[in-house]
This record gives sequence, C-alpha cells and structure tokens, in this order.
Amino acid sequence: MMRARVAFAGAIHEATPAGEELRLEDGRIVAAHEVVWLPPFCAGSVIALGLNYADHAKELAFKAQEEPLVFLKGPGTLLGHLGMTRRPADAKFMHYECELAVVIGRPGARIDRARAFEHVAGYCIANDYAVRDYLENWYRPNLRVKNRDGGTVLGPWLVDAADVADPANLGLRTFVNGRLTQQGNTRDLIFDIPYLIEYLSSFMTLSTGDVILTGTPEGVVDVMPGDVVVCEIDGLGRLTNTIAADAVFGR
Amino acid sequence: MSAWADRLSIPFDVAPYRLSGAVYGTLLNHRSALAALGEAVNRPPYGAAPKAPVLYIKPRNTLAGPGDAVVIPAEVAEVEVGASVGLVMGRTACGVSESRAMDYVAGYLIVADVSVPHSSYHRPSIRLKARDGYCPMGPAVTARAANADALIVRTYVDGVLVQSADMGELIRPPPRLLADVTEFMTLMPGDVLTLGAAGPAPRVRAGQTVRIDVEGLGSLSNPFRAAA
Repeated sequence: MMRARVAFAGAIHEATPAGEELRLEDGRIVAAHEVVWLPPFCAGSVIALGLNYADHAKELAFKAQEEPLVFLKGPGTLLGHLGMTRRPADAKFMHYECELAVVIGRPGARIDRARAFEHVAGYCIANDYAVRDYLENWYRPNLRVKNRDGGTVLGPWLVDAADVADPANLGLRTFVNGRLTQQGNTRDLIFDIPYLIEYLSSFMTLSTGDVILTGTPEGVVDVMPGDVVVCEIDGLGRLTNTIAADAVFGR
Repeated sequence: MSAWADRLSIPFDVAPYRLSGAVYGTLLNHRSALAALGEAVNRPPYGAAPKAPVLYIKPRNTLAGPGDAVVIPAEVAEVEVGASVGLVMGRTACGVSESRAMDYVAGYLIVADVSVPHSSYHRPSIRLKARDGYCPMGPAVTARAANADALIVRTYVDGVLVQSADMGELIRPPPRLLADVTEFMTLMPGDVLTLGAAGPAPRVRAGQTVRIDVEGLGSLSNPFRAAA
C-alpha cells in the first residue's frame, strides 16, 4: 500500500492512488493537482547520512569512513511533493540529493541488525538540498547548508515495507528539467539499512516516525530558480520540486 | 507534537504553553568557549573562526526533565555539561529583524547540553551529543522579563560551584542570534534555541549530581550514573 498526506478542501487527509487520481480516506476522488501534498507521514527525528555511497564520497573527495557520517535535521526543513525550495541569490552551488528514506514504525533501542527490518514501517523518496557556499568547518555539515526551510523534500508516498521486495536493490534517478543528472542504486550503500538501524539505536532510541535518509549517489549538479527537479526511486514514485528565487519569498 | 516533549514535566505558563520538542543548540557563542580553543580556530581543519552561528540539533530522544538520570556510557569516564539558557519561542519566527526579535520569544528555561567529550569540532559524531537523555531542561519556562543577557548561569557539581557564565558575554546576543538563525530556518512556537555554553565545559563522573542555577529561572538538577 502507498499513502500520501494531502490538504484538500480545508482538512488534512490520508490519500491512496486511484488510477491517475487520489482517493481520500472519506471516499472522495480528487485530481492530484487539486491537493496540497504534505510529507507523507508526521516525521519525528530526521536523521541523515553524508557520503554513504562510495562514488559520491569520491566525487566530493572524501576518504572512506569507519563510522557512518550522520547529521540531524529539524522539522522546519520538511516539504512535500510539488513544493518550492528557495535558492538564495548569493549561492553559487545549490544541489539536490536523491535519497532512500527509511521510516521507523516500531520503536526500539539497541536493535540487532538481524531484526532491524522489523522496525521499518516503510520507505519514501527524499530530496535533501544543500547550499554548499555556506559550508564551514564547524560541526559539519552546518545547519545553514543542510537545514534550510523547505530544503528536505519527502514523498510523494509512504510505501509499506511489505511492498518493497528488496530495499537494497532500488534504482535512484534525478532529472533536472527532464534531463537525467543523477543515477545510482541502493546496493551501493556503504552502510546498509540494517547496519544503520543497529548503529543509531545503539545510542539513541528510535521512535515511530523517525526517518533515516540514507545518503545520495554521485551526480549532484547546481540548480537554478525555475528548475524542476524530479527524484525517482524504483517502486516509490517520482518526487517533484521546483527551485524558486528569493523574490518569490519576499526577499 | 512530540510525545517526548509531552512527557516532560516542565511547567509552561505562557503561550504557547507547551514545548514543540524541537531543540536547537548554539555552540561557541560564549566568548569563553571560543577563547578556550585559542589559536586552533585559525588552523586546520577549521581554517577560520565561525562566520554563521554554529548550530546543532538535540533530537527528541535526548529530551529529559529535572531529576532525570543521565547515563554515562561504559567506554568513557566522564561527560561534559554545557549549561545554558534556552530561548523558548512564542511565535513563528522567520526572517526576523534584530530589533523585533525578542517579541517572538515567550520565555526562557535552563538547558543542560550533555556531550561525550570530544576534541574536534570539525565533524563530531552525533553519537557524542544525541544520546538518550542528553538534554535535560527545566524546571519551568519562565515568561520573558529580564533581558537574557543579564542572566548568570551557575553550574554546581555535588554542590560545588564549578562554572559561572555571564550571558552578557555572548558573541551574538539573543536578538542577533535570532535574526541570523531565522534568516534560513524558521523557528516555531515552543521551539527552544540555546544561547550557548561557556568554555571549557565542566566534566562529570558517574555518581555525581549537577545543578544549574539561574536567578529568576530556578534550578535544574540531574544525577549522573554509570550504564547498567
């Protein structure tokens, strides 16, 4: 099953696909463009991986790590499908990152990797933007780079874990204005999902709604106002976002 | 609303009456904390003093209240306590000006930012700062009255004063900090933004109790114990 959270006609609804349209939980059938798409679940802690694909680490000239490179994101950075993300006028390099997001369903601490998948509710696509100009060498990656309003796009669907046969073999692709710019496969994760759940839960209790963004493969390029960025993962759908200039945000 | 924030018994008697559960920490904002690093700030891997505020997130598993025990992991002898004041947001703050910034603050509370000690601030693992229970707060949210920069944060270990931090000695005073943070990151009602702790941070061993006193905000006390 795949579910979205949408706003329609004055309320927030759970929605499921109905052909090209959406079925709200109250029975109404609505067009996909008539709703406002929200992140598909109420996110708790947002846990993100840096440099978790060998090719991307190489692209950014990093040596392989012994411990996963993890950073956290706040609730204000989350955005749904078909949203707009601001590119600050002084930025010279702002890029998307297409990532497999793993959503925790069952809470747990000190979870053994052999049982890790029992704690996964499902998966969605994440597009985790970065504005590299603001990178400083203090508590990297600093929040001004990675925790900007609207910089973490989630959706369109939360797909039940039972419907994803092999999360360790999913193709990821990003298209900018229809042109394929990024391509990878989750089989190339340096630290795989069971490892990450075991590692994180060794020091932090994971709760329902916590989400792990597992990192991005190589192929990040600069995006400009007006660009339409589509992130796609096998079986999870296509997540669309548009880059907007400062002026759109009254700046 | 985070169940973790709900579970905390922290009285909050001004709007919005509850914490959201989002806690943003500020580091190296107290002059003594940056000074403690000395000339190292200009050397690799840093290369220069921080330009933007140095921020991090204490996730919901770290949230704890007065009296909650902080667990020191088996592999270390001590942890450090960054005692600070947290600004509690009263209104949604996005792109606020320095002159209006404090209008968005509902109140203050004491925050004890606990970390496993680490010498590098370049890319420290969240394993050091995001452990369960590593962000005790409280005892209450006190409505904004005094200027936050008039507050003095006193830290006691087993009753002995180990640090006294004057919030008047911040690199970015609260209005400037709020303006710089909300330029890129909206703060919501009930969010907490700390002002930053003084340096060097006091260290604590299992069996000790830390009490942080701030005149007007009360006293936050937490025992520290070894992992079972």
